[in-house]
This record gives sequence, structure tokens and C-alpha cells, in this order.
Amino acid sequence: MTEKRPVSVRELESVVIRFAGDSGDGMQLTGNQFTNTAAIVGNDISTLPDYPAEIRAPAGTLAGVSGFQVQLAETDIWTPGDAPDVLIAMNPAALKASLGDLGQGASIIVNTDAFTPANLAKAGYETNPLEDGSLNAFHVYEVPITSMNRAAVKDVKGLSPKEVDRSQNFFALGLVYWIYDRPLENTIRWIKKKFAKRPEVVEANIKALQAGYFFGDTTEAFQVRYRIKSASLPAGTYRKVSGNEAIAMGLVTAAKKANKPLFYGSYPITPASDILHALSPLRNFEVLTVQAEDEIAAMGATIGAAFGGALAVTGTSGPGIALKSEAMNLAVMLELPMVIIDVQRGGPSTGLPTKVEQADLLQVMFGRNGESPIAVVAPATPSECFDFAIEAFRLAIRAMTPVVLLSDGYLANSSEPWQIPDPDEIPPLHIEHPRTTNNEDHFLPYKRDPETLGRPWALPGTPGLEHRIGGLEKSPEYGNVSYAPRDHQQMVNERAAKVARLADVIPEQTVFGPESGKLLIVGWGSTYGAIHAAVSQARAKGQTVAHAHIRYLNPFPKNLGDILNRYEKVLVPELNMGQLSLLLRARYLREIIPLNKVQGQPFKVAEISTMIDRILAGDIS
Amino acid sequence: MTIAEPITLTRKDFQSDQTVRWCPGCGDYAILAQMQKTLPELGIPKERIVFISGIGCSSRFPYYMDTYGIHSIHGRAPTLATGLKVVNPELSVWVITGDGDGLSIGGNHLIHACRRNVDINIVLFNNRIYGLTKGQYSPTSPQGIRTKSSPMGSLETPLNPISVALAAEATFIARTVDVIQSHMGDMFRRAAAHKGVSFVEVFQNCVIFNDGAWEPYSNRKVRDDNNLYLEPGQPMIFGKKRDKGLVLGARGLEVVELGEKYDEKDLVVHDPTNVELAFLLSRLDYPMPLGVILEVQKRTYEDGLWGQVAQAKEQKGEGDLRTLYYNADTWTVG
Repeated sequence: MTEKRPVSVRELESVVIRFAGDSGDGMQLTGNQFTNTAAIVGNDISTLPDYPAEIRAPAGTLAGVSGFQVQLAETDIWTPGDAPDVLIAMNPAALKASLGDLGQGASIIVNTDAFTPANLAKAGYETNPLEDGSLNAFHVYEVPITSMNRAAVKDVKGLSPKEVDRSQNFFALGLVYWIYDRPLENTIRWIKKKFAKRPEVVEANIKALQAGYFFGDTTEAFQVRYRIKSASLPAGTYRKVSGNEAIAMGLVTAAKKANKPLFYGSYPITPASDILHALSPLRNFEVLTVQAEDEIAAMGATIGAAFGGALAVTGTSGPGIALKSEAMNLAVMLELPMVIIDVQRGGPSTGLPTKVEQADLLQVMFGRNGESPIAVVAPATPSECFDFAIEAFRLAIRAMTPVVLLSDGYLANSSEPWQIPDPDEIPPLHIEHPRTTNNEDHFLPYKRDPETLGRPWALPGTPGLEHRIGGLEKSPEYGNVSYAPRDHQQMVNERAAKVARLADVIPEQTVFGPESGKLLIVGWGSTYGAIHAAVSQARAKGQTVAHAHIRYLNPFPKNLGDILNRYEKVLVPELNMGQLSLLLRARYLREIIPLNKVQGQPFKVAEISTMIDRILAGDIS
Repeated sequence: MTIAEPITLTRKDFQSDQTVRWCPGCGDYAILAQMQKTLPELGIPKERIVFISGIGCSSRFPYYMDTYGIHSIHGRAPTLATGLKVVNPELSVWVITGDGDGLSIGGNHLIHACRRNVDINIVLFNNRIYGLTKGQYSPTSPQGIRTKSSPMGSLETPLNPISVALAAEATFIARTVDVIQSHMGDMFRRAAAHKGVSFVEVFQNCVIFNDGAWEPYSNRKVRDDNNLYLEPGQPMIFGKKRDKGLVLGARGLEVVELGEKYDEKDLVVHDPTNVELAFLLSRLDYPMPLGVILEVQKRTYEDGLWGQVAQAKEQKGEGDLRTLYYNADTWTVG
């Protein structure tokens, strides 16, 4: 072992790191590995993968840049961070795409080998930013990653030149591991498992990882290492979880707790497909995944499965909801319980398939012909996706109705630590299927429970309960086709009332911060982290601001109107053009200050903070 | 020793209390009656029978059957049937559809239900017209047909339902005619007996908007001269006097007169397991092949799916939530 050179270690509370490169450079993998290791050593984490819709956009172009941002901290964190403290840029395009986001005095590690005239031109640089002084405000570390990596793995037999370069992301990862004083073992273990069938790839990746680490150790360039202490999370066992993973586990849990098979009918669509991928291997849980021929078929099969008595789910994104709307409406009319997951993405139309937006709220609320109320829930964090997958079923079964779970592309792909629950402590989902008729003459499929207004969930195969249901309007209780004026009015009223009555069994709205005062910020879905962080900072500064995050969008919690009226001003930040604002105004006749953003990116904390300052200063009313 | 009670159901057991509301003289009445007559013979308890339909005249069918049923939305019945059959393979699931419902708006679902080989029975009432929307041409209407929406004649080439089902890899394909009752009952019985997807085309007459569309194949006076009643293992003979038959010529199946030049031994023998032969039959309209055109055995979709469940349980054990949650890198705090 050579003599250790003097390196100082600085303690940090938190750091924001972004890995950026070509979409073929393995940046998502690198970021994920870094996050896993950070989580295992006990940091709080929050991640933001950001990648193009194209699988392999032209190499070296801005369109092809794939980034992965992670914040790790010893304190509670709520977002992946507004501005990276460190950027790892694998090529000029990655540098250019991220430069505007970097924090003051950020560090940039660049792969100088990629700064060729051709790559600079592809990224639209007229002069080399490494030479023209445009990066003077940052600490730039120039590392010839490609050539050093080639040297590191040159002895590995059986690799094509392409495969050699494909391991260079591990060199970069190794270097970052050194800077942040992270162990390599976890990633080495992962490499061995992942590439078990290609020993030469295992060898190359491990060599690259170690070479990067040793480079940090020996080069004079890095004088400081950083350490982020473990976060003080509540005691328990944790794992990292993304929203899509959490939804999949929540659905399986619901089925187990209901003692039923889980049916998942779905057509592949970004960013929801990972739910299908997570569920498909779980056949031993009696998970029946059907990859349907289209979105409509996925919805139809889900209805059929619900009629048959399974816990039935379909998952999609906004464009898929548009196609499913007709069948969702049938589900409302049939009054069968099921869950419809909408992992929202930027719209309209095909829109921004890999980017976040919250613009499907009104679509799921109202995007159907006729009076068609649907219950809607929206988890706020990746972990909550687990809870709400179960909760959505609880509501669906109670009211015998479809329930929409609104996630989005950010929740779906971003990760955070999840305190693993004890499955035995999750309460069972109680379901009763009638075995005997509810009426002397013959079974009445639409005779409602007086409390819930749900109808009996009688399953085909049960003798004596044969009945027909359909999309035509029907007579109350009997369910026979009826166009009688009063029958239609009554059925419309009842379908609305049973959804509204879910408010009896959902938790009251809670507020973070003062119970009344100058300003309340109301959010929903994945904006939770940014709003919470901004409100926490504002309160630390002595500002009177509160935060209410709505998880139940239809029906709203019973006390919501009361809460809204306790504050002088209400700010509603949304990643759309004001959809929740519209609902709140309509329902509670309350003036709202909207804060709307549709850029395919989550809110930055600073965007909310600025708004708080301006409202409290009286600039905006 | 106890012997299970044989199920004794009658036609009446399958009649619901709803008034049938098709037009007087509609071919649907005959199909409904034949279905209600045939089902008791299948030995399936009626609570295990489900009828699922889409939209159209034919799709009112489930309301009239005292079984479980769903009157769903336009063209989507096969999707609901797939979801239902997958979660409960014990059920006998029937899809009732029409030429518009099954081949126009629901064409996609029909072909995919066929290729998946879900064990459901699809009965397509083909009247070559849109009835419920009052008389526009359908995807099986002959080119040139003059309707409200094609006053100068339809420009479209019709689909051949049997060819579609063949191309979609259906494993049981049959054709029958609404007024040939015993033949229709026989097709329903055979469809029900087939394990896998069954596709039955029924020539059905719309008295209001397309009366007589199937006259050559339904009218007692002429039909036996035009219909070829297929029977497995039997030579393809037709004609009231059974004096004509089919031989395999250079251009496919060709009609010949029996007598001096040809006798029965020269004729093609029907083999419903022969897909190529089935394709040739599907292109024929004189004579019009009726009966089971194709029947082959393949693993059903739901058997495959539940087979994977059994296999996964055997390999990995019954799913355990704790194992699922912990299937990642974990760390402990405190």
C-alpha cells in the first residue's frame, strides 16, 4: 500500500449530485447504484431520473442526454434538490443540458475524452467550454475517463471495443464513491449478480469501478473528500422504493389481504409499464397479468375480472385513460370494484412520455359521457404509493365502484427510503360475496347497502343469484333496463351519493404548520416534497405558512372547506394549468392563487419559496 | 355411496323474465330459442354460464337469458369475457356479437381473443347490415349495397368472418343459419364442447333493413342446392339430389357433377383439423360451407396462465409478502 497523501474530509449535511451522459451511457444505472449505496449507509435519499423518450437518441446530442439526480442527506429531505452541487458530465451535451441548473460554485467532473470537436459541434458549442473560460464560476475537474478506463480494463479478454467503453460509467461511479467516501462492496455484489452470465463483463466493470476509486485516491486533483452522516430516520428496516415498485407491492398486498387473485390488465405505456414488469414475475402470488391488445381491452378485461371476483386493476398513463374512458364509464354503470392507475405524463396527446405533469386530474374526474362520478386518490410520495394501492381497493370494495389512483412520472421513477412494514400488521380487506338471494322472488343486483349504498358483489358460479348487468340505464334494485324518468334520476343520484359517502371513511385533512393565518399552500400528488421543503424553510424563517396536501381528490375530506377558510390566502401549486384550483374554487367558492408549471419537471423548492415571499410581501393577492 | 344428482334443466330455466324486444320476424328469436333449447343438454349448471355481449340488436341477448350476463359496450365483449374466464376458468362464457360489433368496432378484440385461445364461445350474428342504428352498411355488406349511408352503393370490400377467424388462429370455427334449427343447435353443442376459443358465424336475417340477405342458404326451396353440410370424414357432397361435390383442382375447391366423370371417391373428404382446407372452404360461396370448418386442439390461454401460477408456486413457494418486500438491498436504523 502506498503512503496516503493528505486529504481533508469535510462533513456535509446534504449534497445534490447529477450524473449526466448519453442515453446509452448507463447514467440511470450509475445513479441508481450510487443511490443504493447511499441508502444502505443510512442517508436519506430522494432521486429524479430524467431521460428522453427515445431509446437511443443520436449520440452526443442534447436530445439524447439522460440524467439522474440524487440528493442525499443526514436530515429529512423531501426533494431531489433544486440545484446540483456536483455534476458528472460524460460529454459536452450533458454539460450543456445541465449547466443552467447547477448551484453556485458547483463542482463539475467532465470526461475530457468526449470533448472532441465533433462532440462539441453536436452539442452546439462553438468554442470548447473547458478552454473558453465560460466555466470559471465552477470547480472543474478534467478527467480523461474514456482513456483511463480503456487502460484499466485492457487486460480483460473477450470484450469488444464498444463493451470496453460501456464500462466507463463504472469508472465515473468509482470516482464519485471515493469523493463521498462510499464503500464499493454493494455495487461489486450487484455487478456480479447482474452480469453473472458474462464473467468478462463482470471483470471489466469491477476493474473500472476500482480504477475510478483509486484514481480519486492517487490524483492530486481532489484535495477534499466529503462525508454525509447517516440520517436519523425512525428505527426500522428500510429499502429503497420507487412509486411504481410501491404500487406493485401494494396491489399484491391488497390481493393477499383480500385472499384473492390479483388481475392486472394492461397495455404497455410509459411511464406505467414498470408496474406490469414488477407484477408479471409474481405468479406465485396468483398475480394474473394480461398484456392486452390495447388500452380498451385492458380496461374491458379488468371489468370482466372484477365481475368474476378478482381484485382487478389496470394501469396506464394519460393517453391510455383517454382510450379507457368508455369502459371506465361502463364500470361506473355496472358498479363493480376495481382500481385504475394513471401514471400521469406530459400532455396533451402523446405529449412528453417520460416527463412529469399533473394534468389528468380533470380527465379522470370528468372525462366521461353522462354523470359519471369516480373516486380519485393521489399518493404524495413513492412510499405512499404502497399505502394508496391498498386504500384504493378499500374504497372500491366499499362503494362497489372504480377508483382512480393518480400517480405521475416523477413519483413512478423517483426513489426514497421506505420503512418496510410488517405484513401481519396490515389489516385484512374484508369482502363479502352473497351466497343467498336478497329477495324472495329473485335476486336484486342493485339493492343497496343502506350505509354504503354499495350493491351486492354476487359472483357468477353462485347458484340462485343469476343476474344481468349492463351499460343501459336500469331500474333501482332490480337492475332491469329502464328509461323511466324517475328511475334514471334515482340511479344517477345513488351512483353520486355512494361515491360522496366515501368521505365518511377517509381521514380528515391534516395541516402542517399553523392552524390558521396568512397563507395556506394546498397541493396534491408528487409536489408534496417541494411544497413541504419550502414551507419548512419559510417557517424556520418565521413566516406564517401552512401546508395541506390532499390525498383524497374525490370525494374531498369533509373538513377541507373549513380549513381553506381559516387562512387569508390560499396558494395552489400544480404541474398543470390550474386543475385543482378550478375544483376548489367551484366546490368551496374560495379565491385561489394558482402557481402553475408545465415544463416536464417537478417544482423546485425555490419556485415555491419565491411565491411564499411574494404573497406575504403583498406583491400578489 | 352417493351419486351426484344429474342436472335436469329445461329450456324454461334459461328464459329470463324480460320481454324480448326484437322486431317481429327477426332471426334473433330463432337463435335465442335454439340456445335456450341447447343449453340444458350441455349438463352445465346454469349458474356457471355467462353471456357477454357488446352493442347492437344481437347484444340484447344476455337480458333474455336467465344466466349471469353483461351487456357491455360496443365491440368490447371479448375483452370482458377474457378477463372473466381468466379469473374463473370454471365458467362457460359465451360472447354474443354481430357483424358490426365483432368485425367493425370490435375487430381488434375479436382477432386477439381468437389468437389467445381463451376457452370462450363467440357467436357472431351476421345479418350484413347495421340494424340498431337503422340500416347502414356493415363490414360484411356486399360491395355496392345501397343503404342510407351508401345511396350510390357501398365502396367497401366485405370481410369474410370465417377467413378472419382462420387468420386470427381460432381453434374452432363453424357456420350455421338461423332458420336451420337443428344444425344451429348442433353447432352450439360442438362449440361448447371444444376446449379453446370457438367461433360460430350464424347467418341471421334482418327483416327490416336487409331482408332476404341469406335467401339462397335459408329458403327451404333452394337452400339444399346451395349449402354444403360439412361432416368430418365425409366426402363433400351437396345438392338436393346429392348430385354435386367438390374436388381439389388447380385453383382450389371446384364443383363437379357426380355421374359419368366423377364419383364419391374423387371428392375431397372433410378434415376439420386441416387448416389449409379450412382456408379453401372459407373462400367458397357456392356451395356455402356450413358446419364445423376447423377444429384443432391447442393449450388454452387460461390453462397456460394458471399453469404458470402452479409452476411458480412449485419453484418459489406460495407468495410471501415479507419475502417480496425484502427482495432488495435493505438496511436497519436504530
